[in-house]
Amino acid sequence: MTKTPHFSAWLSSLRSSLIIAEKNARIYYAKPPVLIFGVLFPLFLFLAFALGREIPAQVLVPGLVAMTLFFTSSSVGPLITPWERNARTYERLLTTPLSLPSLLLGDILAGLVFGITISVVPLFLGFIFFRTGIVHPLVLAVDMFLGSLCFACLGVLLSSPATEAPSQVMMLSALVRFPLIFISGIFIPLGELPVWGRVIAPISPLTYAADLVKYSLYGRSFYPPPLNFAGLALFSLGFFIIAVKLHKRSLVKGLL
Amino acid sequence: MKDKAITARSLTKFYGDLLAVDHIDFSIQKGEIFGFLGPNGAGKTTTIRMLTGLLQPDEGEATILGIDIVHSSIMAKRLMGVVPEVCNVYVDLSAWNNLMLMGKLYSVPARERKKRSKELLEKFGLSERKDEKTRRFSRGMKQRLILAMSLVHRPSILFLDEPTSGLDVQSSRMIRQIIAELKREGCTVFLTTHNIQEANLMCDRVAIINQGKIVATDTPEKLKSTIQKTQSVEVVFDNPPSRTDWLKNIPEVDELQQLGDKFRLYTSDTDVVIHRLAEYSKKNNLHFVSLNTLGPSLEDVFVKFTQNAEVPL
Repeated sequence: MTKTPHFSAWLSSLRSSLIIAEKNARIYYAKPPVLIFGVLFPLFLFLAFALGREIPAQVLVPGLVAMTLFFTSSSVGPLITPWERNARTYERLLTTPLSLPSLLLGDILAGLVFGITISVVPLFLGFIFFRTGIVHPLVLAVDMFLGSLCFACLGVLLSSPATEAPSQVMMLSALVRFPLIFISGIFIPLGELPVWGRVIAPISPLTYAADLVKYSLYGRSFYPPPLNFAGLALFSLGFFIIAVKLHKRSLVKGLL
Repeated sequence: MKDKAITARSLTKFYGDLLAVDHIDFSIQKGEIFGFLGPNGAGKTTTIRMLTGLLQPDEGEATILGIDIVHSSIMAKRLMGVVPEVCNVYVDLSAWNNLMLMGKLYSVPARERKKRSKELLEKFGLSERKDEKTRRFSRGMKQRLILAMSLVHRPSILFLDEPTSGLDVQSSRMIRQIIAELKREGCTVFLTTHNIQEANLMCDRVAIINQGKIVATDTPEKLKSTIQKTQSVEVVFDNPPSRTDWLKNIPEVDELQQLGDKFRLYTSDTDVVIHRLAEYSKKNNLHFVSLNTLGPSLEDVFVKFTQNAEVPL
């Protein structure tokens, strides 16, 4: 069977993205900002919320899983582009036979793999300490994938400003990510939020991921699962399209 | 068209209101080393970025071995190796892994990638430290590795933006030797440099760009012949005279420059000046350490064309 030119180009593009993702994993997973903002920060935030309070496992475990997925997946992307600009490797990378969307997809894949891998830990902790079972494993798997993809896209979108100071982007990313936690039903279930909270909850992609985790583990959710999946898919697509546009614009500015 | 490696037709780039590159035209033959000279901010890097597909021209077009760089940029990029002016290796990766990464991005098959990387590490004197993270490499070693990374896929065209800038003599010499070898192998080299002597020695042709416009394109020798008036005689005496009035007062000398222990006398008649110098030194018991006649240098050409952009060729 012969491959069509379009299929070949698509395959080659995907292959390039995987090479970039592998490079990112080797270089950026162990960078302090990723570990601090992606792993330690959500852990401490969660402990500050949970310690010394009587919170049911149904709220605690899904909240921890969703928050870990959110923070870890979105912590790699914001670092890569400014770090590469600063390290003077970015322009070189752009001269290779690689399109900008492929390059960004590579950054997204690195965030996605990091997010899913780390998020398995709180899932196990829930299983060990709270005997949390998985009612809908397939839904959980798709949620982990789609949620991680969506948050990794957000991370790459946040890295679009034409700066070569990683700290500036990490600050911007903290500024965007933190408010989302409080309106996404992580600490307070969506049904218990005040009316204004329930009105603005849908603007956060974390709302859909957290609701799906709850559904996967306990069989109950605020929104119907198909709506949650659609929400995550739409946000992923939107973030990716905007990220490509903004990166294209900042590419020229960043090179001047 | 078939023998052209690079063509630029009316290539233009604006940054806001600033016209950085102004409708430039040139073509480069296959296997040629083409030097691109110009003062800072003249448009050299912007041109190279347009030719390598990093920036889109606002007007005009450029082709790489007949392939349009804007419409088929991925295909064109596969044919070229690029060393940008400001670039670095991945310091968290070893030299070997840096080469592997580039090989993969250019779709070099695994066996060829490894073979080629070994060859390049050997050629650039980096074999012994191939598994070490490049964080501890010197600037010269990093620049050699950057050049090696641009050659993993055996490009037909190599773009070098100031490849020897700020390097030690040994690394610069090694890079120049390798560029000469690449030419022998048929590779086309597009080189921007501030080092005019380097361009003079290495390039088959040079173009001088000033304020976004190409003001001269030719072989170094032909460009020099456009300013034949600036010939000079350079003389070094064993016992430098304390007074230089007599040198200045030679009627045929237009200008006198003292450069360390050397005196450079600019003239339109070198023969007469040499005779006068010989007569005077004999009379005053002075001895020559060296006596050379100098034609105009490429630097003179560069200064002439970049001082006044409107000078016609």
